[in-house]
Amino acid sequence: MSGHSNFPEWVYIGVVVALLCWVGAEAWNVERIVEHIPEDAELIKVTGQQWFWTFEHEDGTKRIGELRVEAGKAYRFEITSKDVIHSFNIHDYVVLLDAVPGRVNTVWFAPMEAGEHDIQCREYCGLIHYNMRGKLIVEEAA
Amino acid sequence: MVMELARPRPIWQIMFSTHHTDVGLLYLITSLAFMFMGGALALSIRAELFFPGAQIIGDAMTFNRIFTVHGTTLIFLFILPFASAVGNYFVPIMVRYKDMAYPKLNAIAFWMIPPAGALIWLGFADFTWYATPPYSVISAPGPAADMWIFGLKILGVSSILGAINFIVTILKCKHPDMPISKVPLLAWSFLSSSLIVLVALPTFAAALLMLLTDRLGASGFFNPAVGGDPIAYAHLFWFTFHPEVYVLVIPAIGMMYEIIPRFSRKPIFSASSGIAAFVLLSIVGFASWAHHMYATGMSFTEKTVFMVGTLAAVPASAMHVFNFLATMWGGRIRFSTPMLWAVGGIALFFSAGAGGVVNSAMPLDFVTHDSYWVVGHFHLFVMGTILFGSVGYLYYMFPYVTGRMYNERLGNIHFVLSFVGTVMVFFTQHVLGLFGMPRRVYDYPPIPEWIAMNQIASVGAMIIGVSMVIFLANMLHSTARGRPADMDDPWGLGAKYYYPYERKNPQH
Ligand code: HEM
Ligand SMILES: [Cu+2]
Ligand SMILES: [Cu+2]
Repeated sequence: MSGHSNFPEWVYIGVVVALLCWVGAEAWNVERIVEHIPEDAELIKVTGQQWFWTFEHEDGTKRIGELRVEAGKAYRFEITSKDVIHSFNIHDYVVLLDAVPGRVNTVWFAPMEAGEHDIQCREYCGLIHYNMRGKLIVEEAA
Repeated sequence: MVMELARPRPIWQIMFSTHHTDVGLLYLITSLAFMFMGGALALSIRAELFFPGAQIIGDAMTFNRIFTVHGTTLIFLFILPFASAVGNYFVPIMVRYKDMAYPKLNAIAFWMIPPAGALIWLGFADFTWYATPPYSVISAPGPAADMWIFGLKILGVSSILGAINFIVTILKCKHPDMPISKVPLLAWSFLSSSLIVLVALPTFAAALLMLLTDRLGASGFFNPAVGGDPIAYAHLFWFTFHPEVYVLVIPAIGMMYEIIPRFSRKPIFSASSGIAAFVLLSIVGFASWAHHMYATGMSFTEKTVFMVGTLAAVPASAMHVFNFLATMWGGRIRFSTPMLWAVGGIALFFSAGAGGVVNSAMPLDFVTHDSYWVVGHFHLFVMGTILFGSVGYLYYMFPYVTGRMYNERLGNIHFVLSFVGTVMVFFTQHVLGLFGMPRRVYDYPPIPEWIAMNQIASVGAMIIGVSMVIFLANMLHSTARGRPADMDDPWGLGAKYYYPYERKNPQH
């Protein structure tokens, strides 16, 4: 140590730590809120397999590669996989959760406007991973 | 201490030597060879993604194999052996000992690398650098996958042997007059990274064996079809490899600690702060592994714990940045090639760390995870920080190794092109990730923003490619024909700022 003051370094570390605390607290709070699943969310079972997505609604309708929902309603996805790990992703709605064989992962979303969005796989799952894509179609509320 | 390129020896004398500088040279040449090989794969990836649709790579499987071998090569066959090269040259000198503690073990650790590299390259596996089951168990084609597993197994053993050697050399063989607090920061960096290796690596070593027996059908640890759990692998893998990222980065930071004070012509602002940051990082670094697994379906509490653990490691990295800037502050800085690389590396280190904080914040990770953002994030570390520190150090040790000077102007051009290229590729990839492009894709839909950003990244990669050709030419030409270096003060900094370490007689 060379006789200079370390005071500026301590101030700097203090600022960094304060910033990190702020980021951590905000992240904790936001995550806590977004993970709270509304009671009335409708269940959709999502199954990934090499290399497509299957969506099964509560009423038994099943579609491959195409997810049809209504604007203004909340939906709860129960995600699993039949073979290897995939990751179910609707980027526009920040829906992202792994489809793991042997497990069921749950995430929810509530689209507000009618429209079309991309569904894709975000976890490497082999040959056609790049094209394990689907469409989310949000329809006007009936 | 000059590697006697001026007085050539037959190659086998170097190959069968156990002297630390000879082993260091072998590490150096091997790691650079793999850097160029892995870099060539990267260029083919970027060329393929220049437009949507198939370009130069015929099929998805080949593409998947290419990015797998690219990542594996540059992490395990370039970054780690390069650090070992520097450690072999300088750690014994810095602790004033005649060689590494166990010279034969040292040579053995090196000689495990070429066969491992051969297994990885001849196999050309496709299951990405983390070989996630159950894909790697039930779906990845052999024998490539098995060869990769054996290759990594060998590299793991080599790393552990190397780590033991560094630890013993530093702690037990240092000169009795030298207290541990006076050991230079570069040697400290090897001490901390080696300790991390010893604690972290056995976990992955075990996971690799389990993966192998799973593949052979003898067990089902990670195979849900027979009751196993693939997420267990993710824990074992990241318990090793989050700390391992610090194993990669710490030596590069140590190299910057050599370069920055010399070329600022000032002592390090605070050596004790640097040591504290190394030690802190090697401990706290073990508390964050599952930040790679937020999206596997962890509970809110688990995610919170690992977010806090991750954020807790940030101040240690921030301390290094402060130390570097405070060292440069008020110094008479000379921006010779090594200094350019070190300073550029610090700037990219800072940007990379800021992106890391974003990844750590749970809700934001669901935007960035497994998108091109992550590719951008860790490349700002592995390329922007680690490669920059390493290449800077390579220029710095060049006169020491060859007795000659590299071409300064070409060194500057190499830096400028690489820096511009790195920013173009990896900053752009962050944004591309925000636009939702997944990583590890052979093809992508023609979304205009995606195309534009992929093209910027590909052009950036070509610029880096050009800079690396210049680098190679400079190294080869200067090694053979460079002007003899002024060995007391190659950069004209004033002699007392140059190598403070005793020269030794190479005639061991
Ligand atoms: C010090 C050098 C660092 C290196 C070499 C490094 C390297 C990496 C690598 C290789 C990955 C991606 C692995 C993969 O999915 O293939 C990654 C992801 C990540 N890094 Fe870093 N990292 C470093 C520092 C940091 C820091 C300082 C932070 C946090 C402040 C951080 C936070 C993260 C997070 C949260 C992820 C997971 C992102 C995701 O997959 O969603 N990293 N890093
Ligand atoms: Cu996939
Ligand atoms: Cu990590």
